[in-house]
Amino acid sequence: MIANHLLTWITFIPLLGMLAILLAPATQKALIRGLAVVATAIPLGLSLYLWLTWGAVNGGSAQLQYVERVPWIQAGNFLVQYFVGVDGLSMPLVALTCLLMFIGVFASWNIERGMKGYFALLLLLEVGINGTFVSLDIFLFYVFWEVMLLPMYFLIGIWGGPRKEYAAIKFFLYTLAGSVLMLVAIVALYLITGTFAIASYTEGGQNMPGLLELARTKQITGANLVAGGVLMGVSFQDWMFWFFFIAFAIKVPIFPFHTWLPDAHVEAPTPISVILAGILLKLGGYGMFRIGFPIAPESFEKFRTLLAVLGTINIVYGAYVAMGQTDFKKLVAYSSVSHMGYVLLGAAAMTDWGVKGAVLQMFNHGTSSAMLFLIVGVIYDRAHHRELNGFGGLVTQMPYYGGLTTLGFFAALGLPGLAGFISEALTLLGSFKTYPTLTVISCLGVVMTAAFLLFAFQRVFQGPLNPKYAKLPDISGREVFCQAPFAFLCVLFGVLPTLILDILNPAVKQFLLLFPA
Amino acid sequence: MLASFSGFLSVAAATAVQHADAGHAAAAAAAGPHWGFTDQDMMRLLAVPLLPLFAYLIQIFIGRKLPRQGDWLLTGAMFCGLGLALYEFAKCLGAWSPDFQVSSRAMGLGWKFLSSTETSLGQPVPNVIAGILYDNLSAAMLVVVTLVSSLVHLFSMGYMHGDSRYNVFFANISLFSFAMLGLVLSDNLVFFFVFWELMGLCSYLLIGHFYYKDSARKACVKAFLTTRVGDTLLMIGLFILWNQFGTLSFTELYGKVEQLVVAEGGWPLWLTVAGLLVFCGTIGKSAQFPLHVWLPDAMEGPTPVSAMIHAATMVAAGVYLVGRAFPFLSPDARLVVALVGSFTGIFAATIGICANDIKKVLAYSTISQLGFMVAGIGVGGVSAGLFHMITHACFKACLFLGSGSVIHAVHTQDMREMGGLRKKMPVTYLTMLVSTLAIAGVPLFAGFYSKDAILAKAVERALLDGHWWYWLPVGFLFTAAGITAFYMFRLVHMTFHGEPRDREKFDHAHESGPTMAIPLIVLGFLAVICGYGYHHGIPNVWPEHGGWFQELWRDPVPHEIAHKLAGAHIHDAAHVEHVQHLAHNSAMMGSLAVAGLGILLSCAFYLWRKLDAAAWARTFGPVYTLVLNKYYVDEFYSKTAIAGTFLVSKVSSLFDKYVVDGVVNGVGRTMRGISGGSAAFDRVVVDGAVNFAGLGTQAVGSVLRLLQSGRIQQYVTLSVIGLVLLLAVLILR
Repeated sequence: MIANHLLTWITFIPLLGMLAILLAPATQKALIRGLAVVATAIPLGLSLYLWLTWGAVNGGSAQLQYVERVPWIQAGNFLVQYFVGVDGLSMPLVALTCLLMFIGVFASWNIERGMKGYFALLLLLEVGINGTFVSLDIFLFYVFWEVMLLPMYFLIGIWGGPRKEYAAIKFFLYTLAGSVLMLVAIVALYLITGTFAIASYTEGGQNMPGLLELARTKQITGANLVAGGVLMGVSFQDWMFWFFFIAFAIKVPIFPFHTWLPDAHVEAPTPISVILAGILLKLGGYGMFRIGFPIAPESFEKFRTLLAVLGTINIVYGAYVAMGQTDFKKLVAYSSVSHMGYVLLGAAAMTDWGVKGAVLQMFNHGTSSAMLFLIVGVIYDRAHHRELNGFGGLVTQMPYYGGLTTLGFFAALGLPGLAGFISEALTLLGSFKTYPTLTVISCLGVVMTAAFLLFAFQRVFQGPLNPKYAKLPDISGREVFCQAPFAFLCVLFGVLPTLILDILNPAVKQFLLLFPA
Repeated sequence: MLASFSGFLSVAAATAVQHADAGHAAAAAAAGPHWGFTDQDMMRLLAVPLLPLFAYLIQIFIGRKLPRQGDWLLTGAMFCGLGLALYEFAKCLGAWSPDFQVSSRAMGLGWKFLSSTETSLGQPVPNVIAGILYDNLSAAMLVVVTLVSSLVHLFSMGYMHGDSRYNVFFANISLFSFAMLGLVLSDNLVFFFVFWELMGLCSYLLIGHFYYKDSARKACVKAFLTTRVGDTLLMIGLFILWNQFGTLSFTELYGKVEQLVVAEGGWPLWLTVAGLLVFCGTIGKSAQFPLHVWLPDAMEGPTPVSAMIHAATMVAAGVYLVGRAFPFLSPDARLVVALVGSFTGIFAATIGICANDIKKVLAYSTISQLGFMVAGIGVGGVSAGLFHMITHACFKACLFLGSGSVIHAVHTQDMREMGGLRKKMPVTYLTMLVSTLAIAGVPLFAGFYSKDAILAKAVERALLDGHWWYWLPVGFLFTAAGITAFYMFRLVHMTFHGEPRDREKFDHAHESGPTMAIPLIVLGFLAVICGYGYHHGIPNVWPEHGGWFQELWRDPVPHEIAHKLAGAHIHDAAHVEHVQHLAHNSAMMGSLAVAGLGILLSCAFYLWRKLDAAAWARTFGPVYTLVLNKYYVDEFYSKTAIAGTFLVSKVSSLFDKYVVDGVVNGVGRTMRGISGGSAAFDRVVVDGAVNFAGLGTQAVGSVLRLLQSGRIQQYVTLSVIGLVLLLAVLILR
């Protein structure tokens, strides 16, 4: 039963957990925490099963796996389906989500105020994120996308720092503005094609083409909606492309839509920052790969150089701005901006290695940025500030913390042997073929990333010990437990990248085939 | 056999068999398959880098709890590696052929590092399979690296005794050795680059070992970032090679470049550019001008680390890279290599004259000697340049460990506070003296043979080529050789000869214990003998052979000569032989003369006191100041590149805060004005999207109010209602 509806279980078990928490009395804190642990541990276990049996079940083909499809809302021709499934593109991200959420619960251990609501919202967030990753119906995708938005808003807005209201509203409105564009595009797509299905499926022996197949075979022209498929001098496909792109670009975030991110990160509590950087940003990238680019292949072809430029700006500009920060968390936030630029650059390059690097970068950034935000959280919990210049020599006092931070920083700056290197190098290698100049400029980001991370490390951890912090306790067992899985994954996929590349290979090939040669 | 390989790595899933490198099948067939090397030999070779790696892993997790903080474990692992390396080296010498080359991939052993699908998209997507390339060069390097590393480990047991991070130190130098050994055995540039960067990490960790010192924390960041500039350019070079050839395996690259040059009848510009970019990696790692600035500062690390960086790892890796890359360097690129190397040689040597810190002198001498090696390779003397790297590893490791022994004894690095130490520290004195004779180029000591070979090659190149560009390295190198003899003897005189200048420090000085003395003796011995056999076989041992290194590591013949390309300047063999003879003789004379002059001058200044150094410094006032301040290169960088970077970052931050985010906030404020505002404004603005955003704001506000009442359940209901509403809109469109 579980194997047949694996994705449904992964997605909705946290919802059951949320309901259980809501029913639990608010005074039973241990019970609530326990429920949250169980409700995130089960999906984690299932996603591990999914990963470890990947390829063994359905031969590891490029096809979608664990597909479930039942009608959800039906009114005449209007059909919204509960249509879910995963391929090599989404499966690692689902697993990453489950891991991050599980760790997120432990990282939230110290949250006392309104913890019942907090954990309920956290679990709802997991439903939204995993639901978005597994959706193969664009309407369903949109529903989950919005479900994810609201808990995030409250988690920042209630449990955040001093400027939490501002940051939460900014995050919410910014993302909502993108969602509106996406909604418009979805409605238009439905009006043109009469379907919400992203992937094709068979119904009663008859092939029902999904949106991507229709796009690939150039059947989405918009000619039946507006004359000639041109609206205000811009082709329908271009409109759709930009609507989707902006919606996803805000989430990634792509310059110049990135300014909500540092604010949200700085104000959000540590576990929420971890989830935000670790997985929420990936939804933007995933959206582009799953829907945004293949839905308008010709527009993508037309504009991809511009996208590559934007990606390059993200990488280099993000690194320079990060260097100018004195708030530890803001620095890490801007490093995310820089790192996510690789995703766009690699995707725009449209080479096998470039796309693979981009997809891998999403996963690897998920682990390394999660680690970085946990690292910031450790010091913030102890010193109650994040001013880079206010520390110094912490290695003396906190050697284990210093060691883990070294690992996290070097993973983030792309040291070979750690995961970030593989994805960055593959992205640059792949994009060099298409955009040599932009790639060379992006390489500046490689140096700058090393620079700002090492300067930060120098200020916080090296040098003479600041006497103010001569009594700080070293990293606790719980904190090590939170960081260890990410450290392990950084090393594992840095040393054995084939473990994940073998999963991505067929999916990336499939992705590239969606575009007319 | 594949199973055992993958079992060793514990990565059955990630291994793959790659069959036959067609390249040298014929050569291998002549000497039996793979020169008689079996899978077991490959396992032994693999164990050489893996032993220190495993020791490192054990050390970082439980090192502190082990007896003696685990130093014996790491040192033991290194010595085991040395044993294995020597064993295989003996087999390599047994084969005795310049064509000796064992490739694990040809034997069907490889590790699939990156995988890709065969796509139908018409793009080359080769797999990256890592394997071991064991030829005469890697065989010799493997022995040198394991030997020096083992001795440094042994030395550190004494030198680092009582350090608060003793266990971490040992872990890090073992990781350093692992990275270098992996690099030496790599058969492709991908893995080469991986280990190359790992060494960057290790140097960062070790230079910053005394992280609480402000100078140390600056030095380690500087070392990492400076070399990373070079590394990034190297990476771009690799991109070009990959995109053009679809492979980064050394042997495959050699073949493909040769084919290309023959087919095109010349060297395309992009290949020159790629070669130079690869060389940029060397400029960074081997501290060539203009990226040499990190190396003197790297002296902030403990002295054994300096020995490690300067002799066995890191800087040697850069030279090793040019040596390996030589066959795909175009003639233009080679000229640049020669010029950069020889300029670095003289540039750093001049700074060495004025330095008073014993380790700084050695640091600049390393930069200068690296310049010799690089220049030697650039002028076509690949064998000479790499041979100098090997001899230099022995005597420079000895010099650094010796300086460590001195510092350990007198607790200062300033040579002006030393003097007369030869009576107190006879072992250190003798070994350092021997090494100084070697580096100065005195006959019968190792450095003489290798340096002489480089000088001879430079003269030969200039004579054959005739272009004045090629005379520049000759001039630079001979001058640098003389200066080297001068400042190295200055070091010996100031430290060991004369009267003690600081009586208190002198009285406390004592000879170091056996863990420190034994490495010095071994290295001092090697500084004498490891040069023998370059030109001449060792009489009565290998009488039938020529010099082993020259015979086994022949200079690659440039393609344009090998294939008699149209336009390539070809000399007949007799002429070449004549020129070689001439070059060799004149180089030997010249190098003897400059070395003698340098030694005499330094004796005149610092031993016999016939000349007054201070007075000379005053005479050359401005020049002296310029050199003393290392030509102000650091100041130049901090005023330009570094200041520029910080300026750009500052401007970017402000731009982000006030312009990009300013627009966002402006839009936000406008929206708030709209949605909270007057009905009149509402009528004017009929843009649907704006209205929607306004509604959204209000919706959020109301939801937030609900939530603050503490009833989370309502929120869920509300969002469901919202969804239903949306549906309704769509259905009733």
